Amino acid sequence: MTDTTSRAAASTSRAPAPKPVRGPWLTNRRRRLLTGLALVTPALAVVTVFFIVPLIMTFWMSLHDWPLLGEHRFIGLDNYRRAFKDSEWLHAIRFTLEYTLIITPVLLIVALALAFLVHRGGRAARVFQSVFFLPVVIGFAAAAYLWLYLAQPGLGPLSDLAAKLGIAGRDTNWFATATSGLLLVCLMVVWKVAGMQMVLLLSGLQSIPVEVNEAALIDGAGPWKTFRYVTVPLLRPTLALVLVFSVAGSLLAFDQFYIMTSGGPSNGTITAVYQIYRTSFINFELGYGAALSAMLMVVLAAVSALQMLLLRKTDN
Amino acid sequence: MDTLTDVRRSLPRAAWWAACLCVSVLVLYPLYVMLSQSLKSGAEAAENPPTMYPHQLSVDNYKALQDTGQYGIWQHVGNSLAVAGGATLLTVALATLAGYGFAKLRFRGSGVLFFIILATFMIPFQAIITPLFSILHGLGLSNTLLGLTLVYTTFQLPFGIFLMRNSFASLPAGIEEAAFIDGCGFFGAMTRVLLPVAVPGLISTALFTFFTCWNEFFAALILITDESKFTLPVTLTVLASNQLGTLNWGIMQAGVAVTAIPCIVLYLLLQRYYVAGLVAGSVK
Repeated sequence: MTDTTSRAAASTSRAPAPKPVRGPWLTNRRRRLLTGLALVTPALAVVTVFFIVPLIMTFWMSLHDWPLLGEHRFIGLDNYRRAFKDSEWLHAIRFTLEYTLIITPVLLIVALALAFLVHRGGRAARVFQSVFFLPVVIGFAAAAYLWLYLAQPGLGPLSDLAAKLGIAGRDTNWFATATSGLLLVCLMVVWKVAGMQMVLLLSGLQSIPVEVNEAALIDGAGPWKTFRYVTVPLLRPTLALVLVFSVAGSLLAFDQFYIMTSGGPSNGTITAVYQIYRTSFINFELGYGAALSAMLMVVLAAVSALQMLLLRKTDN
Repeated sequence: MDTLTDVRRSLPRAAWWAACLCVSVLVLYPLYVMLSQSLKSGAEAAENPPTMYPHQLSVDNYKALQDTGQYGIWQHVGNSLAVAGGATLLTVALATLAGYGFAKLRFRGSGVLFFIILATFMIPFQAIITPLFSILHGLGLSNTLLGLTLVYTTFQLPFGIFLMRNSFASLPAGIEEAAFIDGCGFFGAMTRVLLPVAVPGLISTALFTFFTCWNEFFAALILITDESKFTLPVTLTVLASNQLGTLNWGIMQAGVAVTAIPCIVLYLLLQRYYVAGLVAGSVK
C-alpha cells in the first residue's frame, strides 16, 4: 500500500518538476501520450456515448418501472422476479435454445461439406467458392422476404416443387405450424449463412500442411481415418470459433422470425430478442425490456468468455 | 495399371463437378427466382402455379416501386446510401486514427482503452437497444438518420480499429521515423507513407461497414419510426404490408432485388478484400 502510494507520488512529483532528467526522451514520451490520446479520443467518445453509457443504463433501467412516457419508479429486482415467472419470456428462451440447437449442427455439417468440396481444387473451385458465398452478402431482411415468397402456398416455387415431389399439397401453408415455420426459417438460414462458415473453415483447412495428410495416407490410414484422426484435431480451433459465432448469432435471431413467421402461429416462434422488442417497443415497458436484455447479456457474455478462452488456446 | 489410375482419377473429378454444379444450382436458384419474379408482368406474378420464367419481360414492378408506399423507392435508396455511406466514412476515419494510435503510439493506458473498445465486440447492440433508444431520444437524435448512422458507426468501430491496428502494426517502425527525418510532419507521414500500405485493411473495413449497415434491419426498425426516413430493409416491410391480402409478389421481389443487387455487384468487384477481411477479423 505505502509502496504503491510512494511510487505514485514519486511519479507525479517527477512529471511537473523534472530536475536533472529533463531530456528529449521525456518530452517525446509526453508527446506520444498526447498524440495517442488525440488520435484515440474521437473513437472513444463515440463508443462511450453509444455503447458504455447504454450498457450501464441497461442495468439501471432494469431496476425500474420505466414507461415510455411519465415517471419512472425504482422497484428493485421486481422485473427479474417477474421474468422468471413470465411464461411468454420462458417460452421465448426455450424456443431460442431449440432453434440454436437445431441450426448449429446443420450449418456446421453443410459448411464443412462445402469447404471440403472447394478445398485445393484449383481455379474452378475458387469460382464455386465465390458462388457458394454469394447469399452471405445479401441482408437477412431481403433473404427472408425472398424465402417468404418461395414458400407461399400455391404461388411460391418451393410449394410448387413440394407438390410435384408429392411431399405436401400445393396449397399447404408452411407457416401454419411453428414446426414447419421453423423448418423453413432454418432452410433460409442455411442457404444464407453456410457460405460464411465455409470461408472460415477453409482458412483453417489451408493452415494444415499438405504433408500431414499425405503422411497419414502413406501410413495406411484411409480417407475417413485421416479425416477423423488428423484433419479434425488440427481443425479444432477453427471449428470452435465457427461454433461460437454460430451459437451467438442464433441466440440473437430476430429478423428471420419477424419477417417470415411474425412470431406466429400463436407466438410459437418468438425468440428472446423478439420478446425484448415486443416488451420495450410494442408494450413500451422499457424497464422490463431492459431486465430481459440484461438476462440475455449474461448468456452472451458467457458465450463470449468461452470464445476468448478458445482463442487463447489457439494462440498457444 | 495406368488406365486404372486414370479412371480412378477421372471418376471423382466428374463426381466433383456434378456435386459442385448441384450445390451451385441450389444456391443460385432463389436468386434466379428473385429476378424472374420481379421481371414478370403483374398478372403473371400472381399466377398459381407460378411460371418458371417471365413469359413476358416487363419492368413494371420496378416502376411500381416508385408508387408503392407513401414515398418512392428512390427516397429509401437515398436513405440507405446516406446511412451506410455516412457510417462507412465515419468508421474508416475514426478507425484509421485510433488504429494508428493503438499500433504505433503505445502510450500509457492504451492497452486498457483498446480492451474497452474491443469489449463492444462481446455485447451486440440487440442487448442494449432499449437504453440506446432512450439516449438517442435524450440527445434529440431519435428518429433521425444521423442517430442511426452514429449507432452503426459505434458497432462497426471495434472491427475497424482492430483491422487498422493490425495493418499499421505490421509496418516496420523505421518507416515513419524515416518519414519524420525526411521532414514529413505527422499528417505527411500518415498520408504519404502509412496510408498507402494500409489500403487493403482500409478497403476491408469500408466494405464490411457498408454491407452491414446497408443490410441492417433490427436497429433501423426500432430507431426510425418515420416512413420518409426508412432504409431499404425496413421499406420491404412497407411493400409487404401495404396491400395485405392482395400482396403483389412481383413488386415485393423487385424491392428485394433493389436491396440485394448492389451488395452482389460490390462483392463480385471487391471479393478479394471482403473474404480477406472476414478471415482476419474472425481469427483475431
